[in-house]
Amino acid sequence: MDDALERVARQEGGAILAGLARRFRGDLERAEEALQEAYAVAATTWPRDGVPANPAAWLTTTAQRRALDRVRREQVHAARMLELAALQERLGAQEDDAVEPDPCSIDDDRLALIFTCCHPALAPDVRIALTVKSLGGLSVAQVARLFFVSEAAMARRLVRARRKIAVAGIPFRVPPDALLPERLGGVLRVVYLIYTEGHASADGDALQRPELCVEALRLARLLARLMPDDPEVLGLLALLLLTEARRPGRLDDDGRALTLQEQDRSRWDGEAIAEGRALLEAAMRRRRPGPYQLQAAIAALHAAAPDFAATDWAQIVALYGALLRLHPTAAVRVNHAVAVGFCRGPEAGLALLEKVGGGAGVALLAARAGLLARACRLPEADTAYAEAIAVSANAAQRAELSSLRAAAQGGWTI
Amino acid sequence: MLYTILIYGDPAAIPADFDQDAARTAWMSLTQEMGEAGVLRGGEALEPTDTATTLRERDGELVSTDGPFAETKEILGGFYLIDVDDLDAALSWAARMPNIGYASIEVRPVMPTH
Repeated sequence: MDDALERVARQEGGAILAGLARRFRGDLERAEEALQEAYAVAATTWPRDGVPANPAAWLTTTAQRRALDRVRREQVHAARMLELAALQERLGAQEDDAVEPDPCSIDDDRLALIFTCCHPALAPDVRIALTVKSLGGLSVAQVARLFFVSEAAMARRLVRARRKIAVAGIPFRVPPDALLPERLGGVLRVVYLIYTEGHASADGDALQRPELCVEALRLARLLARLMPDDPEVLGLLALLLLTEARRPGRLDDDGRALTLQEQDRSRWDGEAIAEGRALLEAAMRRRRPGPYQLQAAIAALHAAAPDFAATDWAQIVALYGALLRLHPTAAVRVNHAVAVGFCRGPEAGLALLEKVGGGAGVALLAARAGLLARACRLPEADTAYAEAIAVSANAAQRAELSSLRAAAQGGWTI
Repeated sequence: MLYTILIYGDPAAIPADFDQDAARTAWMSLTQEMGEAGVLRGGEALEPTDTATTLRERDGELVSTDGPFAETKEILGGFYLIDVDDLDAALSWAARMPNIGYASIEVRPVMPTH
């Protein structure tokens, strides 16, 4: 793809696809097919004739014509004929000129597309891939690279998902009020998972995949623009901004992961922190707290501390307590125990950790090792680090744990 | 769109305090409500799988087996056929099956014939 086309695809591909999906009555398969054909046409004509004045409108019109041609070619079926008539009727007004799309309906279409891609009838990993692909304007090859799978495997996963949307009748719309809270929760979760997948990849060798974090932020920004009255939508964007702000400090110059304690806070992104805090304040003014706002508030407290020693652990413990009441997951309980460990001493943290039980994996083992080291129970800490390293599937994370283990042992031998 | 709601249950998973009369009333009132909403196109409850007979023709020979097509813990106990706008509407009816607390409810679109 040439540069101009790639840029348009990235910036407007999601909106174009959303508009096509609405015109094709939610048939995402047909919309995607038509858009790919339009890209193929653009790849030959744009370098020759120049980039059209309104590239998005040009692509939309071309995609619609291609879809119409395709239906004409398939007109053996009576049902297809009906479809053709309906399509022709809908496209009749815009056969010649590229119509300037109405920005309001673009927003509605994109929101409908997000809700469709995140529908609970699709498997969670499919929701994530389909959302990144559909809204991000990426090629199948690019999405496949982001998720460490082959292009063929990703293509199969996406085709199957679009098939299910069309055949099972997953509606292309923003859900009605009765379904909205639950469905919005699902959408926010998908965006959050895209971010965490990029922030600390569970498998593979890289500790971070910034491209996925960027995709998640783009989606969170889009949602915040489209649903500015929902405090959890703002809370999620605030959380991602505040977490992302610390990313420049996460690795040292050799690419080694640093703990919060070791990080050079002057490398944190002050602008992103300010934006995240402002969003969080706007969200909290609505007085409807939720898990994303609470996590953002915790991230904001970390960001506000000039150094590790100045961290307001008492408030962080209180916020984790509130989060536990809403979301008593193993991960939250582990983080709560770690915060208690810093607030009231490592033994208090360890006592809480004992009660977490299974299900938290590496995070629990690593937290236990850290607390044991701080409690000066060094032989036990060493064993706990070894267990965490054995369980971790990520090479960079294993390296991080090994260096923490060595540091703890160093303290012991002295 | 036409959907089938397929109701699979493990007979061994029926709760100890199962009340046959209350269950019958719950199914009847749900069926009635579907009818009043204009979505019901059909549906039946099925006898247990020990009453089933399974046929296969292999190498030109018709073989009948006493029992269901496969021995599974969860068996098809009944179905509804409904006509609704989309999957969300189908799922919201499916979620109201009285035995959803211990059965598995599968929603499948019906293949269009035209």
